[in-house]
Amino acid sequence: MRHAFSVRIGPVGFRIGSDWRAPIAVLDTLYRDYPKPHDDIPDFTVRLFARRPWRRFVRPSVEIGGDFMLPEAAPLPLRQGLLAAEMAMNLQMALGARRHLLLHASAVERDGRALLMTGISGAGKSTLATLLAANGWRFMGDEFALLDTATGLIHAFPRLISLKNEAIAAAEAAWPDARMGPLLRATPKGDIRHMVPDARAIATMDTPATPALLLFPRYGFDAETRPVPPAEAFVRMTQASTNYVALGEAGFRALTGLIADVPCIAIDYPDGASAIEQVEALWAAL
Amino acid sequence: MHQTIFHGPPENGLFVAPLDEFTAVYHRASGITHLLTEPAPQILAMLGKGALSLDALLDRLARDYDLTDGTREALAARLDELIESGLIESGLIESEPVERT
Repeated sequence: MRHAFSVRIGPVGFRIGSDWRAPIAVLDTLYRDYPKPHDDIPDFTVRLFARRPWRRFVRPSVEIGGDFMLPEAAPLPLRQGLLAAEMAMNLQMALGARRHLLLHASAVERDGRALLMTGISGAGKSTLATLLAANGWRFMGDEFALLDTATGLIHAFPRLISLKNEAIAAAEAAWPDARMGPLLRATPKGDIRHMVPDARAIATMDTPATPALLLFPRYGFDAETRPVPPAEAFVRMTQASTNYVALGEAGFRALTGLIADVPCIAIDYPDGASAIEQVEALWAAL
Repeated sequence: MHQTIFHGPPENGLFVAPLDEFTAVYHRASGITHLLTEPAPQILAMLGKGALSLDALLDRLARDYDLTDGTREALAARLDELIESGLIESGLIESEPVERT
């Protein structure tokens, strides 16, 4: 492809090729502090390409391709090329990862122990991880937590933090010096802005952590916490994992092990400040 | 005379993880995870030791567990469900000749 970029995020190496320079230039800038793939061999390859040659120039729209593809994925306009790249990287991970059980969860770490937060889009996974990181926690990832099927440890995947709508302002307030990508308005998920994780998150991304607490946050409700029974937590996590079925026996062992080892708690919260207080209280009670 | 017997997967064919009132069971042959409640995990444990007829299974379950619904009909229904799910199978064997008087 005309333009290419490679990066390693946690244990996973990516190579992104593109018909256009612009998305690669943005990735180069935002991921400038990240290492390259081990031995320069990527685990996943992503392609951003024009469906027809002239579409590189006329109303350019970005098709996503790679080792794993969704045939129905709609192309995005070129100005959302960064989003297309991030979505494509996520897709390769979601469908292709075999070394780890992928949990659709954000993760932060303190004292070698990981706090996992899972939930649907809009539950506040990214926001909470960002706010906790501003309060001294180590940021491990806002989208995927990688559960090592051999050791039971959580590996960090601190890709660019994908902030949506009102979470953009909240994160900017918590991290006034953070480097930000372009504001992408009116994407299929609303307004999106990517934030570069803090230097500590990148420098320590190869250090795994022992899972200690699994939270199911829900934004926009009165502050409340309730234990989630293990069977419910197990089922919700099989649904929150993109490769549970593909991993078979290893996935079953890893996930039942996680559920047996950590408390699972649902947490409703009305705003970020309240959520931090609730999380700190739960953590202190462990 | 023939009688129906039931048998579970071979040794190591299942991985069982008790969660709470539910038990997660991974079936190696199919790669499917099942979430089971009493008495299904107990039935699987019994049939994992060897094939049994309905009556023999009922006797052993009654001996080892305090099941909430221990009737023959209830057990037959649970066995049908487990066959449907692919976790156990049934077969016919020659039974001992019954003495007539």
